[in-house]
Amino acid sequence: MKTIILRTASNYLLPVLLLFSIFILLRGHYLPGGGFVGGLIAAIAFVFHSFANGLKNTKSLLRFHPGFLMPAGLALSFFSGLSPIIFAGDPFMTGLWYHGHVPVLGSVGSALFFDMGVYLVVVGVTLTIIFTISEAP
Amino acid sequence: MISAILLGFLFAILLVFAGKFFKGKFAVLSSLIPLGLFVYFLQFIPEIMEGNVVKESYNWVPSFGVNLGFTLDGLSLLFCLMITGIGFLVFAYTSVYLHHHKYLDRFYGYLSVFMAAMLGLVLSDNVISLFTFWELTSISSFFLIGFNNTQEASRKSALTALGITGLGGMFLLAGVIVLGNITGTFSIAEMLNMSPELIKGHEYYTVAVILLFGAAFTKSAQFPFHFWLPGAMKAPTPVSTYLHSATMVKAGIYLVMRFTPVLGGEEIWNTTLIVVGAVTMLYSAFHSLFRTDLKGVLAYSTISALGILMFLIGMGTTESFTAAAVFIIVHALYKATLFLTTGIIDHQTGTRDVTVLSGLRKVLMPVGIAAIIAAISSAGIPPTIGFLGKELTYEATMHAPIIATLLVVGIVITKILLLWAGFVAGIKPFQGSLPESLKDTKMPGPFMWVPPILLAVLSLVFGIMPFIIEGSLIKPVVSALGGESGEIHLALWHGFNTVFILSLVTIAVGTTLYFVLKPSAKLETAVGKLEAASPKSLMEKFNVGFTYLSSFWTRVFQNGYLRNYVFIIIFFLIGMVGYTMIGNTKFNIDPSILSNVSFYELVVFIIMCIAILFTVFTSSRLSAVVAMGVVGLTICLVFVFYSAPDLAMTQFSIDTLTVILFVLVLYRLPRYLKIQDHKMRIRDGILSLMFGGLIAVLALEVLSEPVNTEIGDFYAENSYIMAHGKNVVNVILVDFRGADTMIEISVLTIAAIGVFGLLKLRLKRTDRVQ
Repeated sequence: MKTIILRTASNYLLPVLLLFSIFILLRGHYLPGGGFVGGLIAAIAFVFHSFANGLKNTKSLLRFHPGFLMPAGLALSFFSGLSPIIFAGDPFMTGLWYHGHVPVLGSVGSALFFDMGVYLVVVGVTLTIIFTISEAP
Repeated sequence: MISAILLGFLFAILLVFAGKFFKGKFAVLSSLIPLGLFVYFLQFIPEIMEGNVVKESYNWVPSFGVNLGFTLDGLSLLFCLMITGIGFLVFAYTSVYLHHHKYLDRFYGYLSVFMAAMLGLVLSDNVISLFTFWELTSISSFFLIGFNNTQEASRKSALTALGITGLGGMFLLAGVIVLGNITGTFSIAEMLNMSPELIKGHEYYTVAVILLFGAAFTKSAQFPFHFWLPGAMKAPTPVSTYLHSATMVKAGIYLVMRFTPVLGGEEIWNTTLIVVGAVTMLYSAFHSLFRTDLKGVLAYSTISALGILMFLIGMGTTESFTAAAVFIIVHALYKATLFLTTGIIDHQTGTRDVTVLSGLRKVLMPVGIAAIIAAISSAGIPPTIGFLGKELTYEATMHAPIIATLLVVGIVITKILLLWAGFVAGIKPFQGSLPESLKDTKMPGPFMWVPPILLAVLSLVFGIMPFIIEGSLIKPVVSALGGESGEIHLALWHGFNTVFILSLVTIAVGTTLYFVLKPSAKLETAVGKLEAASPKSLMEKFNVGFTYLSSFWTRVFQNGYLRNYVFIIIFFLIGMVGYTMIGNTKFNIDPSILSNVSFYELVVFIIMCIAILFTVFTSSRLSAVVAMGVVGLTICLVFVFYSAPDLAMTQFSIDTLTVILFVLVLYRLPRYLKIQDHKMRIRDGILSLMFGGLIAVLALEVLSEPVNTEIGDFYAENSYIMAHGKNVVNVILVDFRGADTMIEISVLTIAAIGVFGLLKLRLKRTDRVQ
C-alpha cells in the first residue's frame, strides 16, 4: 500500500492524529473521551503510518520499542494512586486535586495522571501486539 | 516497627545492585542487619515486662478494613528475638559456609526477605497482612530449599515444600476470611476484645478452626503433612537451621498460639491439637531411629518437637503454656546448635553419614563442646535449660484434661527417642576413635564455630539462671496466650517428685538405648520398605494420577484447534444459561411503547443485515473480516443514535484495530481451506443461531427487570462534587473504580508480553527440548 498519496498524507496525519488523541485524553474528564480511547487513537495513528511507510520507518520514528510504554504507563498510574499516601496521608487511590484553575486543562488532579498512565499502557500494548504479529516470520 | 520489617526487604533490593560487595570478603557485614534488629527488639523487653503492648497502625485499604497494623506483645517479642538472634548467627555462619559461592548475594537476598517476612508475620495484627507475610515465608523458603538448583532432588523438594505450605496458605486465607465474617473485623486485637461466646457459639466456628488448623499443620509439618520437612533438608545447612528448625516451621505454632485466646478452650480445638501433636511426636521420633544422615535424624526430631509443642498448646492450661514457651526456647537453642555443628562436620569432612563419623573431638574440639552441650540440653539433663523444659512438659502432661496417663506414657517415650536422636547428632560424631580418612579435617573459620558455641552457652546460662527468661520472655508469652502468668516460677530444682522420677527414667532408658541401638544403613533400608504406605508416597501417587487426568483432559478439550475451543465454550454457555432461563423469562414486548423507527436507523439496520449475510456466505477470509468490521461500525452508529458517545468512540477504535489485527494474522494463513464438511457447517450454524437468540433474549430480559438507579444516581450526583469531573463514565473509570482500571491495564500488559513472548521466543537449537 505504499502509494505516494497515502505516504504523503500519513506524514501529515500522524502528528494531527496524535494531537487529536491527546485532545481526547485531556477532554475525557468533562466530555466523551479519556485515556483508553485516546490511547487507541494514538495507536491507530502509528499503525496507519506503518501501513503507508513500512514498519521499519515507523519503528525508527519511534526510536524505542513501544513495549517500554507499558511499564512507564503502569508506573505512572500506580504512582498517581500512591500519591495521596505520600502527600496527604490518605488511602490508596484517593483523588488529590489542585485547587485552582489551570488554563486549557480545567482542574488538575491525580486522576489526570492516572488517565495518562492508562493512555501510555494502551498505546504500548496495542503497538506491541500489532508490531509483533506483523513482524512474525 | 514497620521500618524494622522493611529493612530486610530493602536489604534484599540493595543486594541486587551491591551483590558483588557482599559476595566477597565483606559477606559477614550483612549479619549486622539481623544484629541491629535484635538489639532493637531487645530494648522493648522492659516495656513488655510491665505488661504493655506496643502498637502501630497504617492505613492500607481502609475501605475493606485492611490496615497494616503491628502489635508487639510477649509472644511476638519471643519470636522476634529468635528470628533476629538466630538470624544474626546464621548470617555470620553463612559467610564462611558458602564462602565465595557464586550466588552468595542471592542467598543473602532470599534469607533477608525471609527474615523480614517472618518478622512481619509475627508482628501483624491484621490477619490479611499476616496471611501475606505467611505466603512470603513459603515463597522465600521455596527459593532457599531449591538453592542448589542444578540438582533435581533439590528442585523436587522445593516444589513439594511449596505445594504443601502453599496449600496451607490457601487454608489460612479461607480461615481468616471466615473468621473475619464471624467477628466482623480483621484485627486480632479487636477479636480478643469480643466476647468469646460470640465467636465460639457461631455456626462457622468449626469451619474457621479446621481451616486454621489446616494452615498450621502444613506449615509446622504435622502428621500427615510432615513429609515436606525432611525433603527440605536438601537446602544448605544454614537454611535448615534457620527456616526448618528454629523459625519458619514454628510459624504454625505461632498461629495456633496467637489464636488460642480467640478460638481456644473448646473441645474440638484442644482434642485435635493434642491428638495430632501426640501422633506427630511419636511417629517422627520413631522415624528418627532409622536415619543415618545426620540431617535426617535432626529433621525427624524437629518434627517430633513441633508435635510436642502442638500437644502442649492443646492442653490449654497455664502450666502447658509455660512448658510450651520454655520448650520453644529450648528447642530453638539446641536444635540450631546441632544443625550448625552438623553443617560444620559436613563442610569440613564432606559427609553427614553418622555411621562413618567418629572421633571428631580430636580435630574439631570447640565444635564438639557445643554439640555435646546441645545434646545434653536436648536430652533434658541438668543443668541445661532442656531439663527445665522437660520437667515442665511432664508436669503439664500429668495434669492434662483428658487421658492423662496415656499421654504421659506417650510423651516419655517421645522424650526417650529424642534423647537418642540428640545424642546421635551431638555426641556420636565426636566419640570413639578418629578414622584415618578424617585425620586431616581442619577447624573452620571462627564465624562458623563461634555461633554454635554461643547458642550452647545460652542453653547452659538459661538453665542455671532461669530467672533471666522468666520475667522477660516466659511470663509475657503466657499472658498473651491467656494464662495466669502470676503462677509461674521457673527453677532448675523442683524437688523429688513423680516428675523427677519420670525424668530419671527417661535419661536412664534413653542412654541405654543409645548404647544398644546404633544407627545403621540396614535399619534404614528395612524401614524404607514401609515407605509405600507413607503419606508421602500416597501423595505422590495422587500426583501421578492427577497429572494423568489433566493430560487426558487437555487432549480432549484443549486440542489446539481454535474452533473446538470456541465450540465448547459456547456450547456450555448455551447449556447453562439456557437451562436457568427456561421458564424464568418475564419479558414481554409492548409495541405501543417502542419509539418510531427513523430513516437512519432503518438504513443502518439494512447495512448490518447485508454485512452479516456477506460474512456468513463469503468464501474469502479477508472479506469476512471486513464485513465483520462493517457490522461493528453499524453498531457504533447505533450507540451514537442512542446517545452513548463514549461507547461509540471506543467501539469504533477497537473495531478498527480488530480488523487490522485480523488482517495481519489472516495474511499469514494459507488460502481459504475447506476444513469443514457440510455437516459441521450446519452444526455450527445451529449453534450460532442458538447463541445469538440466547443473547437477544438475555438483553430483553435485562430491560424488563426493574431498574435500580441507586448506583447510577450516586455516580451522577457525586462525580462532579467528589471527583471534579463531568464525564461520569470516565470518572468511574479513573476515580471511583480506579483500582479496577489499574488491574485491567496490568492484565493488558500481561497479554501483550504474552504475545511478544510467544512470537519472539526462538530457542536456540541446543535449548530445545525434543
